[in-house]
Amino acid sequence: MAADVRLCTAAFDHAAELERFARAHQQAGGVVSFLGQVRADGAVEALELQHYAPLTLPGMEALGAAVLARWPLDGLLILHRSGAMLPGDPIVLVAAAARHRRDAFAAADYAMDHLKSESWFWKREKAGGTWRWVEPRAEDYADKARWG
Amino acid sequence: MARLLFLGKLADLAGGAEREVAAGPLDQVLAALEPDLALALLDERVRTALNGELVGERALVLGEDDELAFLPPVSGG
Repeated sequence: MAADVRLCTAAFDHAAELERFARAHQQAGGVVSFLGQVRADGAVEALELQHYAPLTLPGMEALGAAVLARWPLDGLLILHRSGAMLPGDPIVLVAAAARHRRDAFAAADYAMDHLKSESWFWKREKAGGTWRWVEPRAEDYADKARWG
Repeated sequence: MARLLFLGKLADLAGGAEREVAAGPLDQVLAALEPDLALALLDERVRTALNGELVGERALVLGEDDELAFLPPVSGG
């Protein structure tokens, strides 16, 4: 079973994606998902993610394969946006389907930690009419280090 | 000619996402750039990809039509 890994250059319908994923993996007793979306806290006006085509999707696919090798999953979904987004827009959707919920929780957690700290994306935010590149956070590296 | 690609904030510093440069040894290519840009590209946290493949070695010689991408620390998710 291969992971369903996609780099999306336009908005995706996270609810429809998740529904289809759950229906496709009805043998799994549990589906855990994480949705990352652009914060609508009034400060950020827009967000843009840039990727590097030769590396970004191949890297996401390698991550998917690593997750499948580490946990006994029935299915794995990794969707990540590139391009311009507005507050409330989905950025990333990870879902893991497994016979037992702990495997699904751990797999989704691992996938997110590695997407944040390793995937080939560069993010900038627009606030007060000015674009600013977002620097990597130490917490993201610490989160990834938990997995050894 | 060879081509340099600048990802993320490096494109702001370079004034564009890519630049045509004369082929040749990378240290000579960098020496011909603006000093602040060259300094940013030499940052050890900046990774490089030659024609789409990550390369760890910086003692490169850029050939005709080679594309060298400079990849600053990522900030995804």
